[in-house]
Amino acid sequence: MSFQPIKFYQTGTFTVGNRLLAPEERSVQASAKRFNSINSGHRACQGCGEALGARYAIDAAMEATQGRLIAANATGCLEVFSTPYPETSWQIPWIHSLFGNTAAVASGIAAAQKVKMKKGERRNIRVVAQGGDGGTTDIGFGCLSGMFERNDDVLYICYDNGGYMNTGVQRSSATPPAARTSTTPAAGAEPGNVFGQGKYLPAIALAHEIPYVATATVADLRDLEAKVRRAMEIRGARYIHILVPCPLGWGTAASDTVRMARLAKETGVFPVFEAEYGEIKSVLAIRHRLPVEDYLKPQKRYAHLFGKTPRIDVIARLQALADRNIRKYGLLGKEAN
Amino acid sequence: MLKQIEGSRAVAEAVALCRPEVICAYPISPQTHIVEALGEMVKDGALQDCEYLNVESEFAAMSVAIGASAAGARSYTATASQGLLFMAEAVFNAAGLGLPIVMTVANRAIGAPINIWNDHSDSLSMRDCGWLQLFAENNQEALDLHILAFRLAEELSLPIMVCMDGFILTHAYERVDMPTQAQVDAYLPPYEPRQVLDPAEPVSIGAMVGPEAFMEVRYLAHAKQMEALKLIPQYAAEFRKVFGRDSGGLLHTYRTEDADTVIVAMGSVLGTIKDTVDELRAAGQRIGVLGITCFRPFPIAAVAAALKQCKRFVVLEKSLAVGLGGILAVNVRMAVTGMGLKGYTVIAGLGGRAITQKSLHALFLKAATDELDLVTFLDLDWRVVNRQIEREKAHRRTGPVAEALLRDVGVVGVRNY
Repeated sequence: MSFQPIKFYQTGTFTVGNRLLAPEERSVQASAKRFNSINSGHRACQGCGEALGARYAIDAAMEATQGRLIAANATGCLEVFSTPYPETSWQIPWIHSLFGNTAAVASGIAAAQKVKMKKGERRNIRVVAQGGDGGTTDIGFGCLSGMFERNDDVLYICYDNGGYMNTGVQRSSATPPAARTSTTPAAGAEPGNVFGQGKYLPAIALAHEIPYVATATVADLRDLEAKVRRAMEIRGARYIHILVPCPLGWGTAASDTVRMARLAKETGVFPVFEAEYGEIKSVLAIRHRLPVEDYLKPQKRYAHLFGKTPRIDVIARLQALADRNIRKYGLLGKEAN
Repeated sequence: MLKQIEGSRAVAEAVALCRPEVICAYPISPQTHIVEALGEMVKDGALQDCEYLNVESEFAAMSVAIGASAAGARSYTATASQGLLFMAEAVFNAAGLGLPIVMTVANRAIGAPINIWNDHSDSLSMRDCGWLQLFAENNQEALDLHILAFRLAEELSLPIMVCMDGFILTHAYERVDMPTQAQVDAYLPPYEPRQVLDPAEPVSIGAMVGPEAFMEVRYLAHAKQMEALKLIPQYAAEFRKVFGRDSGGLLHTYRTEDADTVIVAMGSVLGTIKDTVDELRAAGQRIGVLGITCFRPFPIAAVAAALKQCKRFVVLEKSLAVGLGGILAVNVRMAVTGMGLKGYTVIAGLGGRAITQKSLHALFLKAATDELDLVTFLDLDWRVVNRQIEREKAHRRTGPVAEALLRDVGVVGVRNY
């Protein structure tokens, strides 16, 4: 990874203790002087992974740009819970236009900045675009791909909670197989979402060979911050895909958000990596490999797999997908490769 | 400077004189020559300090313009037909956010059946989206209206479509008087946004508004457009001072002084109508023309004033409100409410069907003696229409209508109008 590895771990947890680190190595979130880009008082659900992810990411981007940042936001939970007028949680210049055009709006902002800089009318200002998985992988995909292809100077952050949670937990193209949503109910012979070829946007972003692509989860704060920091060091199109568990949509306890994100990574369900120009540069290795059941069982959206007659067949298929991720991305670290 | 150039080139040069800062381009006929010319000017350095983005769709084009405008840049794009429809959501959004984007609409029919030729269905389908719509009669007016549009849009914080007939104007080589940079600079001050994305003064733009204030927000959008009814004549007067010619304005009348019959229309067809009216005037008919330049906001009072002396009006429009009749006609009728005038709607020129002086001559004579139906389709081939109606009565699976009609018409292009 692009930051100094930390050797000390608190016994029995996976948390890097800030108190064990030198001050300059501590996370942005640990600083009393953090920007609080998305301030308290918003209307997110208890335990919202997206609120957490947005705060981590945008505060890190603000730190990296010394506060010279503009954000474009897709329609969705993040937009709704953070802003009904006249209130706003955003302490940064922020615009919401539509559901499907956020990357293009950000491209426009970046183009304006470029001209204004050239004319000497404005100092260097950077642009982030953000949206949920629906706004990114489905309705906003065309604009996102266009922004990638033009290599516009935009960092696009997708907060992936695996569905349209704002409208009542419908399926998106990022909904994982077998998961129950309100449009893929737990009914019939093959309950939940279909097993398809998937639409895994980080890989699609890689195929665009843009300067920077990374995945992260809200369970690894320092890793997430380092990736945002790295992204802001680079010019051109950048993409960070952050897994943000949704207690409402996943049917998990509000207190389990960070744990669920960690389990997604430790089971291999969600590979965490970093890539430049289409080539994977590093992965965040699994520390204690766990079976997918550990990740699936706490989630009500998979409850139909653990009924009177457990769907061992379906669980095996999900395990196979995780195993494939582990092989493909080399998630067990150097020895395992 | 006088030039003999293509309409698209004239518009591109006028837009360049307005010092746009961000231009987004996506190809669609017949506007393509405009963005091609602008792209060339940016690339070869003739147009400085301008970002030119080749985007992946019209939806993205308008969205990039939204972002650029919200970040304080003067933003421009051009589209037509399906492109305008594809960007519709962002078109409404730009108006709702109050962003003064200027866009050329090279008016073209909407499919299906797909058709690249001129009518006004595209921009008129967006009549209620909150943009101002100005219609050019010729290429001089098309280029002039763009200069006026940037000034008006930025004063009002509202986006403006400058509509010009696809192919008929965009691809026609006409003499135009191209203003100098000094003239345009004297007329058009730098863009000073009312709201801007700026880290020094962070604002949230585009958040949700509930029933508590939504009506008021919408009313103010309406009130702002109505304000343009005062500003447009004022800006047209200032335009005359700087550029030495009349251009823009809400509407233009032609030989209406003692007219019993007034023909109302928009765009390039006004030229043919005026020629026909000259003919009929020479034959003793009391007939005149009302050309609408500003379709949104609709100049109700000015239209009423222009029609108050006449006995009847004929709205000849290149658009069709399917299931009703006319679109422009409905607007005109609202303007003359209670005036006791006879009004006729003529749908003409859809999908590029030629509107000839010969047909207009006969049509206007019929109108003068009140022999017109309430809604008339000019030069409709009833033989072909009736044959299809009979066919559909006789068979269930008659196939695509457009194909059946063209088989009846025979070789395309040999029709006798």
